[in-house]
Amino acid sequence: MWQALFDELKDQNFAIITVAMDADAEAARPFIEAAAPDYISLIDRDHRVAGLYNMVNVPQALWIDESGQIVRPPEVAGTYDTVRARDKVTREVPAEVQARRDKARIVYQDAIRDWVKHGAESKHVFSAAEAKARMTIPDDNVATAHANFRLGQFLMRQGKADAAEPLFTEARRLHPESWTIWRETEEKNEAGLAAGPTFWARIDALGEKKFYDTVDMAGMPG
Amino acid sequence: MVWLLTDSGERQMPDAVLDDGGLWLSPEDMTAATGWELKPEGLCLGEVCVSATPGGFARDGKIDAAAFWRHMGWPVASSDDGSAWLLGEGAETRRSSLESLTAPDFTLPDLAGVQHALSGQRGKKVFLATWASW
Repeated sequence: MWQALFDELKDQNFAIITVAMDADAEAARPFIEAAAPDYISLIDRDHRVAGLYNMVNVPQALWIDESGQIVRPPEVAGTYDTVRARDKVTREVPAEVQARRDKARIVYQDAIRDWVKHGAESKHVFSAAEAKARMTIPDDNVATAHANFRLGQFLMRQGKADAAEPLFTEARRLHPESWTIWRETEEKNEAGLAAGPTFWARIDALGEKKFYDTVDMAGMPG
Repeated sequence: MVWLLTDSGERQMPDAVLDDGGLWLSPEDMTAATGWELKPEGLCLGEVCVSATPGGFARDGKIDAAAFWRHMGWPVASSDDGSAWLLGEGAETRRSSLESLTAPDFTLPDLAGVQHALSGQRGKKVFLATWASW
């Protein structure tokens, strides 16, 4: 998804790092090989980046300037809440919603181009105070959820699924907002997706809340 | 055999003793795994020392690493049989790190197993994006 943008901008002191929140690198491999990235494409089997940056879903993204400062905190990486719009039976996304998603991607990628060109002067770069206000800060429960999740993944790699199970249960209990923890530890279907009835029940339980929040950016479809 | 996971790695702790729901380590093992050193004034990391007496996490020359971690308000996870433990970083550290707006560094492998650090890209703008197969 990001290769074309990287081709366009890579000579302008710009790096892309993608991080797959995948306990099993082999599950991520076909996607990475198909994308054939020449940006940095990493595997995060313990979801460390989610813990460090307090991320709760994928895709999320953030912008970091040349000095290592965050200028846009983690947010939905330029997509649209298509999940909520899927037909309950066919799982198809209405064309009108697909169009919004496509528009969201264009707006978001244009914003990245603007940032690469204008740096701190870009209208999409937040001031330090604004960036701080938009950062979501983990509490003790979130930190402990990630500890349980990581230890569970360690036990899974040792072939101890039974020992891992209660740790995953605890991680889910302590951090109910985390879709990454929930989906990673949920049973996957034949396509490798945690998208069974329990997933859709969880989506329904969101009520009015979104699965992907709208990115707060001029021109983004609401 | 007891495994201990910390932010600095995964270690086997052959001399660890499980007792009273705690994870008792020799001072040497405690330092190797966590950096905290047992000194006359308590457990110390750099300039910071925490008295070992009120917490009850030092006994007979050993330290209950789990009790100490909980005393500090940091996350502890363990398997039901006590054979695997994790001493994690506290939310307070994450909070101050994120509020400073300095992007927390990490090192992760690519598909070929080559390790890459975020800090290796310092001097460039970095677009950092997550995704997953599931």
